[in-house]
Amino acid sequence: MRAKMKRDLTGLAGAVALYAVAFGLMEIDLIGAFWQLNIVLICINIILAVSLNLITGFTGQFSIGHAGFMAVGAYLSAVMTVKLGLPFAVAILAGAIGAAILGFAIGLPTLRLQGDYLAIATLGLGEIIRITILNIPYVGGASGLMGIPRYTTFTWAFFAMVLTVFFIKNFINSSHGRACISIRENEIAAEAMGVDTTKYKVLAFTIGAAFAGVAGGLFSHYFYIAHPASFTFMKSFDILTMVVLGGMGSITGSITSAILLTFISAALSSYPEWRMVIYSLLLIVLMIYRPQGLFGNKELSLKAFGRLGGGGQRGTAQNR
Amino acid sequence: MLKVENINVYYGAIHALKGISVEVNAGEIVTLIGANGAGKSTILRTISGLLRAKTGDISFEGHSIANMAAEEIVRKGISQVPEGRRIFANMTVSENLEMGAYIRSDKSGIRKDIDKVFERFPRLGERRTQVAGTLSGGEQQMLAIGRGLMSQPKLMLLDEPSMGLAPLLVKEIFSIIQEINAGGTTILLVEQNAHMALSIAHKAYVLETGRITLSGTAKELSESEAVRKAYLGG
Repeated sequence: MRAKMKRDLTGLAGAVALYAVAFGLMEIDLIGAFWQLNIVLICINIILAVSLNLITGFTGQFSIGHAGFMAVGAYLSAVMTVKLGLPFAVAILAGAIGAAILGFAIGLPTLRLQGDYLAIATLGLGEIIRITILNIPYVGGASGLMGIPRYTTFTWAFFAMVLTVFFIKNFINSSHGRACISIRENEIAAEAMGVDTTKYKVLAFTIGAAFAGVAGGLFSHYFYIAHPASFTFMKSFDILTMVVLGGMGSITGSITSAILLTFISAALSSYPEWRMVIYSLLLIVLMIYRPQGLFGNKELSLKAFGRLGGGGQRGTAQNR
Repeated sequence: MLKVENINVYYGAIHALKGISVEVNAGEIVTLIGANGAGKSTILRTISGLLRAKTGDISFEGHSIANMAAEEIVRKGISQVPEGRRIFANMTVSENLEMGAYIRSDKSGIRKDIDKVFERFPRLGERRTQVAGTLSGGEQQMLAIGRGLMSQPKLMLLDEPSMGLAPLLVKEIFSIIQEINAGGTTILLVEQNAHMALSIAHKAYVLETGRITLSGTAKELSESEAVRKAYLGG
């Protein structure tokens, strides 16, 4: 217990240090506006990837509707600040709760489905959410909800990201997390062991949706607008790509690939047509040479780096 | 201890179990034998709550468990070792055993029981940090049985523990089942290997296409003409 707390505190200290460095570089303008935007985007993408990893990577429930929950968070929080004039923190929280409720309501019936069927159902539900929003004039319909104040700062995005990673990491390492992983490994055996599989599938789905809602709220309050076109199934695929690339069941993998892919799309922003080509090539190469993702289900840790330097062993990831 | 009374189970339109009644007394090894598709595994899955009976009742220690959720049934003291082993392939041997104790919260007791499993299966002890998917078939079956013991069951449901194992290993597994039974755990064993099953069981039921066609003591059945012809090779 002690050791765990020490590890948590070290991690937190590391995060604060990283924040201080990045913040300092922004203050002295070494990181310009363009990269500042991308760093905020990285934070948001990490939240999305890690929260989807909880559902798809750890619990094994293949979901391609994550952008839908992001949309709910984006719109609901924007309504809170624009229409009701509530503070940003309340708006983000409302977005998270709204997405969680929807996640729960959708998860309860659909998580009875398995594999491909669940993927199709979640794909459809993500689109239903988007099209429903598209047809609500109150939130701007097809032209989107405009005039959202830019409340999202680097600080907000960064600490929301840290909170997400911290929460999901601790969830995974608890007995609840073990139950979720056992469902991925073998649902029938998990049930035979006494794991309430429905409960844990819905729980993972709800938590994942809540954090996607947070990411949505940060997103709309950074780009001044919530637009239905930002939340198409292509966005869901983007998030899924991050999870698969990093490794299903690896939080550090999701973080790494969220950073990597955001950088790639930023670097290729002048050649948007090449972005998808590079994405696809990356995925094809990955599927051939490393089908389990960059890190598989292992986590990257300082200990692994130590081993890498000391023992000269190959491999940067190590088992928990 | 366990009383299955006249259950009917359906897979959609398929009538899989037609009025099955089975009784298991405390301390016994009872075996269900029969060919592929006779409904043996279906009975076990219905008892453990993974399937529901449309009609009929299942009671355990005098209380009906027919409508209980699977996890409640595990808590009551029935543990299932599912067919085809179904270990958690990406978890280590120790983690698999910890999952078996999922419903328990007494950490020191769980430690003790894991050590007991390693005593019973020394080969698992040697491989405790190994990922379970890399174990051999026999070792995986031992792990599945060990995992089933971790919930401290009063009644253990074993679904074809001999499946896909070499004869020597089958013998080993069956002697382990007898040991477990001698330790006070009641056993309901489903088997295709009728010869082996009857050799260790006290009581047996023969199942054919969803119906029980014969029942009696294991000795009676292994001597019965019909069973010898159909299942024991003359």
